[in-house]
Amino acid sequence: MYRTLSALLLANLALGGPAQAHRLWMQPSATVLSGVEAWATVDAAVSNDLFVFEFNPLRLDGLTVTGPDGTPVKIENPATGRLRSTFDLHLTKPGTYRASEAGEFLFASYLLDGQQKRWRGRAEELERVVPKEATDVRITQAQNRTETFLTLGKPNTEALKPTGRGLELRPETHPNNLVAGEVARFALLLDGAPASNVDVEIVRGGGRYRNKIGEIKLKTGADGTFSVTWPEAGLYWLGAEVQDDKATVPKARRRAVYNATLEVLPP
Amino acid sequence: MRRTVTALFSTMLVAPACAGEVVVGIQIPRLDVSEYHRPYVAVWLEGPDGQAVANLAVWYDLKKRGGEGTKWLKDLRQWWRRIGRETDLPVDGVSGATRPAGEHRLSFDTATPPFADLKPGTYEVAVEAAREVGEREVLRLPLTWPAAPNAAAEAKGTSELGTVTLSAKP
Repeated sequence: MYRTLSALLLANLALGGPAQAHRLWMQPSATVLSGVEAWATVDAAVSNDLFVFEFNPLRLDGLTVTGPDGTPVKIENPATGRLRSTFDLHLTKPGTYRASEAGEFLFASYLLDGQQKRWRGRAEELERVVPKEATDVRITQAQNRTETFLTLGKPNTEALKPTGRGLELRPETHPNNLVAGEVARFALLLDGAPASNVDVEIVRGGGRYRNKIGEIKLKTGADGTFSVTWPEAGLYWLGAEVQDDKATVPKARRRAVYNATLEVLPP
Repeated sequence: MRRTVTALFSTMLVAPACAGEVVVGIQIPRLDVSEYHRPYVAVWLEGPDGQAVANLAVWYDLKKRGGEGTKWLKDLRQWWRRIGRETDLPVDGVSGATRPAGEHRLSFDTATPPFADLKPGTYEVAVEAAREVGEREVLRLPLTWPAAPNAAAEAKGTSELGTVTLSAKP
């Protein structure tokens, strides 16, 4: 069953088909912290249900944590299990921390001797893997970014600076200053520039315990911004995706995905 | 007897103008629970626009080694967001130890900050209480400044706070 799903997922990715159902996410043990120092644990997984680890772990190969001064912070106790990955974060300086799992992959599908082939790997392996005599070659360059934010003491924005590559979130409302009933405003950036007319999906966690998912569907404006009024407190997943022909790999299409986990507190 | 003494003092100390007083009364209810910890309590002043103007009191576990008691200050959620996370504790005259169930009285001299330089307007005194393995409650009391003679307000809590009162003498 899962194997079939994975194959389908891979096919979708390779062919640039509809968005996959599985969501990439991180789940921090807390996002608003006080004290001289603090510890937080972050789980990371790929699943349908939020935030339930029921499918695959989110690999931590591309994980970086940026501290309040904009420099990388070392993670502690990383581990990847069958259903989820986990790591600890020791927050020793006041301010905002950003955890990002960012990765780039290539998906290729091609015909060889009348047979349909599929491959997933790194850009540098492409030429070696896909034979010259292959036909109907379709290549997708996937740029994925999955993030969450934590703040010890007073929030700051040094760690929130965009990298300028792929799809990213530019918070206009601080991501650790979200309260039920209030409006929060964000912008999506594609390669550092405002990404207009992009669909954004927002889903509150705990779907397993209710019948209706109640996802919020939004679209970014001409300036890349969107705003959301949080209906209630909870941990929310935000997802967006862009497909275009701006791949850095020749003849490939690009698929840029952004996911974030945001905590909304009661007023 | 007491009145006589007070009267005597007030005549003696009349020099720095007849300073008024703002009094906040906080009742911490006695709760019948198996595990009880004294609540963290924050009292602060908010302006007409909902912006925090000043801290009036923060009661927390300030004796814990290494400032460990500050770990739960974020549970005073509204206070934390409005002014707490900007506040470097401890603050003289503001921070204090947690207090037991009962009636507590905070008195502020209007000739000293934050009341001394408070602009005329409509304010709110917010009182928030959060208890470990307990609940959280916020009460708000209106305060028009300068206060009318014998201005008073009262609010009743339902879980972590009992009756909270505000009285002001200009």
